[in-house]
Amino acid sequence: MTKQQANWSPYDNNGGSCVAIAGADYCVIAADTRMSTGYNILTRDYSKICKLADKCVMASSGFQADVRALQKQLAARHLIYQHQHNKQMSCPAMAQLLSNTLYYKRFFPYYSFNVLGGLDNEGKGCVFTYDAVGSYEKVGYSSQGSGSTLIMPFLDNQLKSPSPLLLPAQDAVTPLVEAEAIDLVKTVFASASERDIYTVNKLELVIINAAGIRREYMELRKD
Amino acid sequence: MNFMASKQPENSLLGPESDSQRTLYPYVTGTSVVALKYKDGILMAADMGGSYGSTLRYKSVERMKPIGKHSLLGASGEISDFQEILRYLDELILYDNMWDDGNSLGPKEVHNYLTRVMYNRRNKFNPLWNSLVLGGVKNGQKYLGTVSMIGVNFEDNHVATGFGNHLARPILRQEWHENLSFENGVRLLEKCMRVLLYRDRSAVNKLQIAKITEDGVTISQPYSLKTYWEFSAFENPAQGAIGSW
Repeated sequence: MTKQQANWSPYDNNGGSCVAIAGADYCVIAADTRMSTGYNILTRDYSKICKLADKCVMASSGFQADVRALQKQLAARHLIYQHQHNKQMSCPAMAQLLSNTLYYKRFFPYYSFNVLGGLDNEGKGCVFTYDAVGSYEKVGYSSQGSGSTLIMPFLDNQLKSPSPLLLPAQDAVTPLVEAEAIDLVKTVFASASERDIYTVNKLELVIINAAGIRREYMELRKD
Repeated sequence: MNFMASKQPENSLLGPESDSQRTLYPYVTGTSVVALKYKDGILMAADMGGSYGSTLRYKSVERMKPIGKHSLLGASGEISDFQEILRYLDELILYDNMWDDGNSLGPKEVHNYLTRVMYNRRNKFNPLWNSLVLGGVKNGQKYLGTVSMIGVNFEDNHVATGFGNHLARPILRQEWHENLSFENGVRLLEKCMRVLLYRDRSAVNKLQIAKITEDGVTISQPYSLKTYWEFSAFENPAQGAIGSW
């Protein structure tokens, strides 16, 4: 008997884009709020951003069920860490945990494209960017998801990041102030929503600084 | 050279026979479920058809069931998988009741449980071939969510499965608003179900509408929608093109 081929796929792409920008004493993480499948819209008001720790926030796009499972995994591991160490996980620690969690499923991956943003132990902004199987890098800014091909070149142009090959190593964290960075993120999404059908509806921004975490929203074109 | 071939026991899950143990495609299926939030709770509608491929085999299938005190589950897709899910939920609610602590699982909890079940079956490459709609009210909070067969889940003010996503959701996006009255909610659902009846070949004209409020679940008796087939554009459809249909 010939082997039956599967006629369903365990993966789906629910679309959307995420961006994170790190500053001297703040970090901005943003994502759109549409969930789609193929050419259909499932819902217009779905958050892709998840707070993992006090100073650490993750935005993920891709296959929503995998993203949800990943967020739950990390939240559970963070809780255990808090019980064992009596403190919150730092952003770099969470970054490593996320990488390991993703690689653990190297041969049946989480179809999840993540950016992790937050403040490190000195209160400086940090952004980590990932692929679906866990390779990651600390950067000054990043974007992932369906609109990343439109957004990333624009961020490269505006944020003029120094080459990582320079010696002594130069910081990739942007010299922009918080308000300027937020403005840049809003501009970037407004442009991406013109051309990417999956990055639309509403923009959700999370800003972390010494004072804490706050959330902002901005309407985008809805078509 | 003859190596001793390793002998699989007959009911092993390795080898070609293992595929027949896993869901490959659905057999008896239900079509769309449509649901919306209204002033007092959730309204949900589903027809009573169970199709066996292109045959309308069963015409009295109840595709909506109450779950516990606070929730209502509607399902489209494989009917036998829906019955399996009802067995899982039965056990879940039973164990919850056995605690006898005055607490009961609300719709959010049941939805989360269903999401985990669907996602875990998908991980094992043996999915429950359903799209589920879970609605309910607990302590005045209305909740309406959906889960697909691969675990994609979300909640919204109105949801639909299958063809309902294509035909009913646009109507709901246009005409739904907060605090719909019961009559207007039913009218809106019937409008969606009528469109589905005209355009979805697996729909049958025998539907139930279910209501869940803080006071509990009511599932209506089956009834049919009035349809109109006298549109002049459909009279003598082959008029302009003899031989077509």
